[in-house]
Amino acid sequence: MANVLVVLEQRDGAIKNVSHEALAAGRLIASAQGGQVHALAIGPSDLDVTGLGRVGADRVFRAGGDAVLLYQAEVCVAVVAEQAALSDAAFVVVPATAMGKDLAPRIAARLQCALAADVLAIDVTDGLVVTRSVYSAKAVARVKITAERCVISVRPNAFAPAAPVAPDGGAEVQDVPLPVVEGKAKTVRVEQPERAAIDVAEASIVVSGGRGLKEPENFKLIEELAEVLGGAVGASRAVVDAGWRTHSEQVGQTGKTVSPQLYVAIGISGAIQHLAGMRSSKVIVAINKDRDAPIFKVADFGVVGDLFSIVPRLTEEIRKLKAR
Amino acid sequence: MKIAVCVKRTPDTETRIKVAADGRSIEDAGVKFVLNPYDEYAVEEALRLKEAGGGEVVVVSLGSDASQETIRTALAMGADRGVLLRCEAVPPDPLETARALANELGASSFDLVLFGKLAIDDYHHGVGPMVAELLGVPCVTAVSSIEWSGDGGTARREIEGGVEVVEFALPAVLTAEKGLNEPRYPALRGIMMAKKKPLEIKDVALGGGGLAVIGLELPPARAEGRIVGEGPDAVPALLEALRNEAKVL
Repeated sequence: MANVLVVLEQRDGAIKNVSHEALAAGRLIASAQGGQVHALAIGPSDLDVTGLGRVGADRVFRAGGDAVLLYQAEVCVAVVAEQAALSDAAFVVVPATAMGKDLAPRIAARLQCALAADVLAIDVTDGLVVTRSVYSAKAVARVKITAERCVISVRPNAFAPAAPVAPDGGAEVQDVPLPVVEGKAKTVRVEQPERAAIDVAEASIVVSGGRGLKEPENFKLIEELAEVLGGAVGASRAVVDAGWRTHSEQVGQTGKTVSPQLYVAIGISGAIQHLAGMRSSKVIVAINKDRDAPIFKVADFGVVGDLFSIVPRLTEEIRKLKAR
Repeated sequence: MKIAVCVKRTPDTETRIKVAADGRSIEDAGVKFVLNPYDEYAVEEALRLKEAGGGEVVVVSLGSDASQETIRTALAMGADRGVLLRCEAVPPDPLETARALANELGASSFDLVLFGKLAIDDYHHGVGPMVAELLGVPCVTAVSSIEWSGDGGTARREIEGGVEVVEFALPAVLTAEKGLNEPRYPALRGIMMAKKKPLEIKDVALGGGGLAVIGLELPPARAEGRIVGEGPDAVPALLEALRNEAKVL
């Protein structure tokens, strides 16, 4: 019997949805191992942890205090290591977010155990086998966890949160003290962008532009289309390297891997490294003047022609559609 | 400042991946290997620090003899010397890599250890923060900008919908995000000089780790799509397909 400790992520006092996904992954492992799911929430002392019993947690631990309003890696790793021991947890599950990607390896090193990072699926039919995307999504590896203990980070959107069971499964909530850590690195603030843009990695619709736009100013066409669709703006490596767009928008091997419901590639030829970052999108649309561009090989729907006449028309038609 | 940069040999981003006959690894033949792109930002940051304040930049890599070429690339950019921790195979569990590196780095007292934020082959985002933990020093990961002060600095890292600002003290481990700087290309003179720079080779024995790759597959091919038309007149057909066929609008 092995328990699973799931580390929850919060933002501004609310548990994030990725935490429910991590709970679902933890539940899967715990059920196969015949153990319990213990959820650990680190954040403000009044962090709302009600209802976690309905989405997979058997017990809930809350380490709250003003010291951890923001993500503090050194405090978190100490809390998690302590709770893993108290919970008799063989597995620690963390969402593979900016926080989790930072925290998971630290926990593994602290606990001296294996790390399976950014997993897409967990198979418990024959031992514990996880699926990971490697070579920037150009290949998928099946990895058997042979270690008795392991830290597993799960990719956002890869696990469906459990449908809440009513009433609350009676998960008890226990407050645990924050350890005093003499931190040598401290998060002092989080800066929010002036205009809250949708993150390209989290968006359900992404409109990306490439070198076919010719000038950085022409990205306005991409921004307008993204806006009417309620989607995020993405960019190819070529235009990020040219300084037209920021790296946080880059889709592809040295940028982000995205899998939205709809991906619209405009003026992007479709280099291998770009395709690797977006090929798992549900529906792909390509607009390009070159009929032989590789992007059309992965696109569900293509339009060949001059993007400067096609994109404004598309934006206009969608605007009309939405106005109905 | 004494700076170590840990680098990895990885397939080039433009490489097509083929699965080898064992079904668990990639076919190396025909693959161009390069210095992991994120490591270039780490090397560049180290070189800029040295140029501004003096010191030494040591490049450390774990891998087979082939990784010597990767170390030489960093030496050609301007690093002073290299250390290859030589082993036949690197196990898939990042803790084993981190232990070997921490052993080496802990024996010398570095003020700063730099990594790329991830290696584009195994995508763990793991070894840098693990090494920091094993060495007991602070760490900031996926750093996209740094302001240096006397004995530390302020780093920025992108998080979902914002930027985290982290103050850290040296010695520290930092992992580099794209955009931290603009890495230089090795100049011919640098490439010539790199051949004469010291590259120490130390054989290391690694544990097996707690992970085993049991299968490697290419992602499923996408069903063939179609060109719905040419020019702006194709827009209605495209919308029709998105609304009624794909049902995404």
